[in-house]
Amino acid sequence: MSSTSPTHHTSTIGAIGAPSRRNTELALLVFAVVIPVFAYANVGLAINDSVPPGLLSYGLGLGLIAGVGHLVVRKFAPYADPLMLPLATLLNGIGLVVIWRLDQSKRLQASRLFVEAAPRQLMYSALGVALFVAVLIFLKDHRVLQRYTYISMAGALVLLILPLVPGLGQNVFGARIWIKIPGLGTIQPGEFAKIVLAVFFAGYLMVKRDALALASRRFMGLYLPRGRDLGPILVVWVMSILILVFETDLGTSLLFFGMFVIMLYVATERTSWIVFGLLMSAAGAVGVASFETHVQQRVQAWLDPANEFKLSRQGVVGHTEQSMQALWAFGSGGTLGTGLGQGNSDLIGFAANSDFILATFGEELGLAGVMAILLLYALIVERGVRTALAARDPFGKLLAIGLSGAFALQVFVVAGGVMGLIPLTGMTMPFLAYGGSSVIANWALIGILLRISDTARRPAPAPAANPDAEMTQVVRP
Amino acid sequence: MSELTLTVMRLGFLAVLWLFVIVAVQVIRSDLFGTRVTQRGSRRADGRAQQQAAARQAPPPQRQQSSGGRGRRNAPTKLVVTEGTLTGTTVALQGQTITLGRAHDSTIVLDDDYASSRHARIYPDQGGQWIVEDLGSTNGTYLDRSRLTTPTPIPLGAPIRIGKTVIELRK
Repeated sequence: MSSTSPTHHTSTIGAIGAPSRRNTELALLVFAVVIPVFAYANVGLAINDSVPPGLLSYGLGLGLIAGVGHLVVRKFAPYADPLMLPLATLLNGIGLVVIWRLDQSKRLQASRLFVEAAPRQLMYSALGVALFVAVLIFLKDHRVLQRYTYISMAGALVLLILPLVPGLGQNVFGARIWIKIPGLGTIQPGEFAKIVLAVFFAGYLMVKRDALALASRRFMGLYLPRGRDLGPILVVWVMSILILVFETDLGTSLLFFGMFVIMLYVATERTSWIVFGLLMSAAGAVGVASFETHVQQRVQAWLDPANEFKLSRQGVVGHTEQSMQALWAFGSGGTLGTGLGQGNSDLIGFAANSDFILATFGEELGLAGVMAILLLYALIVERGVRTALAARDPFGKLLAIGLSGAFALQVFVVAGGVMGLIPLTGMTMPFLAYGGSSVIANWALIGILLRISDTARRPAPAPAANPDAEMTQVVRP
Repeated sequence: MSELTLTVMRLGFLAVLWLFVIVAVQVIRSDLFGTRVTQRGSRRADGRAQQQAAARQAPPPQRQQSSGGRGRRNAPTKLVVTEGTLTGTTVALQGQTITLGRAHDSTIVLDDDYASSRHARIYPDQGGQWIVEDLGSTNGTYLDRSRLTTPTPIPLGAPIRIGKTVIELRK
């Protein structure tokens, strides 16, 4: 009966009666649907001088997606964070508008690679929300995922290796990160591997955190881990180097290694892991760049985009003019931008609506718009970290931090690449960019974060009032 | 479309976008509920009382008894540890059995080399009188100066000694 003693003089800290805040979410969602509809009308007026004919159906489509998401959250995760769904909806919505805007470009329509991207993206978004709904309905408790720690590891490895399988993998513009499924089109398994790996890292680190955190020697203010504890980080490092070498994709490689280092740091609270991680990734990147020509080209394009542009114009094979064009797009946008539909970022060409979509935002919405977009991302990440702080179980904490860390890293890697801060990589801006795998995987990621957040914020059932119970006081001896 | 309309829409869109960001930040601000600090001891005691109520086969008569017992004058309402490592700990007396010992599931877990794992228990009899009973401990339970051999009623304020720990019943 009395299974506990009153002698542990500890206090528990819990949230004060959290309201479910679903109505706040609904209001924000309406706002998040109205903004893209406004942008859509704006683009139509700017390009064709008329309100686009699809305005109503587009608005209804986005509203339907958001509405279904909201109702499912209301039913299956009533205490989940009120901000993540509206933020994701807004990003997805304005991404759709800008993809549609690039579809209207005469220059892009003249290209032989041109396909109408916006309707497909709307379909992918619907699929993404369907997966989001499925996650919320079928994943009743995120701790279930803990059981699949090592299956996740195997699954992630398979997903990462798939693009290398001959006949299945596809080399698209130098990076082997796509697989082609006949009849379904191409998918990017790395986007899904991100989530699966986060599950594995969370399950693994939860078990091993003490060994990694406590067994260490102190040297020059740093805790040096024992040699044998370096094993896991070495394995992940080698794996990401292999991705870099065989799939020649800096972004995926950086994302996985970065995610592991972030989760390792959060699990062990040891700064030394960050130092090791940075040293190892720097060493790995420099080492691979010394012999891999694709990576070298990317670094060249990063160090001297103007020269790269010149060489490409002269017709030298293996150079790209896109990096410089993206920088020009940002530059011509200035502070307030040229206005939606009135820029020339479509000059960037084939990747304008995927890898380089941020350049269109930079030109047409200016610095003010790009900052707002980056803040929207920052808010999603902040809510993810907040969820990790509020989560009570260590697995949920690590999973939430891993997912939001991966999300943040992806935004950084893409935005940094397009803006010329780091070499360009082949990743996509979550939600904004054209790309089915990315949208679907990121909706699933938001679904898992909402599930953890629902568990974390759900108030504990109140103890029944006992009229003749006297408060017992525990006094510290 | 006129230049003016497009400029207004461009600035309007940026304004709306920023408005959304600001509203979202406001939501975060109102979401900081702060925290509530609960003393674990008191919560446990509540929980225990609740468990007890649920475990009781026939709650109404027992309840009446216990409240009847409380209604008597000089009925103790709490148990206080006056000496030993747990000095200051109190447990409310609500008609439940209080077990003492080194076992982890005891009500009061004694961290004492002289205590047995199930050392003694304190419980109310039918009339609401609190009784202390030694559970066959190695070093014995003392009420005042005498070692207990049979279940004995506890006078108010009499020290019960188990190893280095002394407890009393108080009003």
